[in-house]
Amino acid sequence: MRNKSISFWIFLSPCIIALFLVLILPLGMGVYYSFTNWNGQVINDFVGWNNYKNLLKDHQFLYSLWFTAKFSIVSVIGINVIGLAFAVLVTQKLGKLNTIFRTIFFIPNLIGGIILGFIWQFIFLKAFESLADLTGFEFLRGWLSTTETGFWGIVVLFIWQMSGYIMVIYIAFLNNIPGELVEAAAIDGATPWQTFWKIKFPMLAPAFTVSLFLTLSNAFKLYDQNMALTAGGPFSSTEMVAMNIYNTAFKVQQMGYAQAKAIIFLIIISIISVTQIYLTRRREMNL
Amino acid sequence: MSRSKKSSTFIIAFIGIVISLLWLYPFYLVFINSIKTKAEIFTNTLSWPKNLTLENYPEAFKELEFLYSFFNSFLVTSMSILIIVICSSMAAYALSRNKSKLSSAIYFIFAIAMLIPFQSIMIPLVSIFGNLGMLNRIGLMIMYLGLGCSMAIFLYFGALRGIPTSLDEAAKIDGCNTFQIYWHIILPMLRPTTITVIVLNAIWFWNDYLLPSLVINKEGMYTIPLKTFYFFGEYSKQWHLALAALLIAITPVIVLYIFLQKYIIKGISEGAVK
Repeated sequence: MRNKSISFWIFLSPCIIALFLVLILPLGMGVYYSFTNWNGQVINDFVGWNNYKNLLKDHQFLYSLWFTAKFSIVSVIGINVIGLAFAVLVTQKLGKLNTIFRTIFFIPNLIGGIILGFIWQFIFLKAFESLADLTGFEFLRGWLSTTETGFWGIVVLFIWQMSGYIMVIYIAFLNNIPGELVEAAAIDGATPWQTFWKIKFPMLAPAFTVSLFLTLSNAFKLYDQNMALTAGGPFSSTEMVAMNIYNTAFKVQQMGYAQAKAIIFLIIISIISVTQIYLTRRREMNL
Repeated sequence: MSRSKKSSTFIIAFIGIVISLLWLYPFYLVFINSIKTKAEIFTNTLSWPKNLTLENYPEAFKELEFLYSFFNSFLVTSMSILIIVICSSMAAYALSRNKSKLSSAIYFIFAIAMLIPFQSIMIPLVSIFGNLGMLNRIGLMIMYLGLGCSMAIFLYFGALRGIPTSLDEAAKIDGCNTFQIYWHIILPMLRPTTITVIVLNAIWFWNDYLLPSLVINKEGMYTIPLKTFYFFGEYSKQWHLALAALLIAITPVIVLYIFLQKYIIKGISEGAVK
């Protein structure tokens, strides 16, 4: 197909038009709006860098960023440790049990964030209370009513949801490790434990890059789960960045200001993604 | 098999079973409480119901207007997938069979677009589509195409590199035009990738809440996540109905998963590894 051929452009046009309308145009307008005091209806003034300057003084926004960063780090570690453990578990020679385990671990991933949030709301509010009655563990009481329990609530939910997904990625990489390598190690007298840490683990490096950054950017963008589980409460103390942007835009109608937050958010996510691409490329060149 | 190996297999299997049960425990709790009376949920949360009742289900089914919301979800998900599969595979085909600089530049723009998070364009997007009078289901499908086509093009492009152009040329000599080559030869050969694209997008579209909540504002058009959210707001202290509603809402997904498991797991791992 040549550049000038009609079919080239006919084949491309639906995607190009959609990409332009849905991403490129909004992004361009978004950058412009972030320098105005747009309230959703009219733009009264061009305010220069004021929105961005105000961001630095916006305690709730800075708090949301910090809360989101903390959440992301904790859940990325949890998800990857559990996801890898699951992958190792279901690649043992257990016959039919492998498929059953894999099926079960993956299920939470198929369910939407809103529904997951409500399921866990029930677990934390009702079941934890009853478990506390049964066992006498006082830390099971009053979940989601404090910042701390709200934080751990979202972490637990997200680990439960994402571990199965990350497991699938690790399984794919584990299955790509050549069998001869593992056999050779076994012949040389390596224990399964040694084989895992000395042979398989180092060969999983690309899987770590993919999984870490995938979980990191998903954690940063979390909204539905946050909304259904805590709705940001108590007193906006579990409000993550995505929800903070949403509320600034659609609850208090400060669209221009919210858009400045959205641009900062874009920059953070881009840094995460570009770092991932850079690390992956560098490793591929070293091989 | 040696005795020590046998016993270690047994231990691993045992650990696996314990973790699996723990992993399913939230579903179990939701289930046993969905068949209790409103009063019993408060006095007896953890054990099997003393007075088993199925009355919550018909009521939740009715309150969720489940047939409507299921139909709405199905319509939005299936149409969006159809559009994304056709448009993205066509675009990837055009890009892969054109070796010019312009073509690489367009591919590069699609690749870059994958990095843009939804929240960073959400506000102007809603405003633009509002001005165009497109805050409806058609608008939603266009948005899904714009947001999802990059990833699909990327996957199709990778697969197309493995399909030799000699095949296109042979078909051309036989008198096929470009569209016929795409439709009769290329698209069928892309089937494995199409399955990946369908799986990844189906999970996304079916479960999405944020975007539909901004776009769909007519109650009769609510999808399952939207309906569940509003339902929950109204019945938040009525766990007996809420829990039955949650189980009704997840049933279609679980049933489909059990039948199509092989494809779903394969689709996810291919989407992630590429």
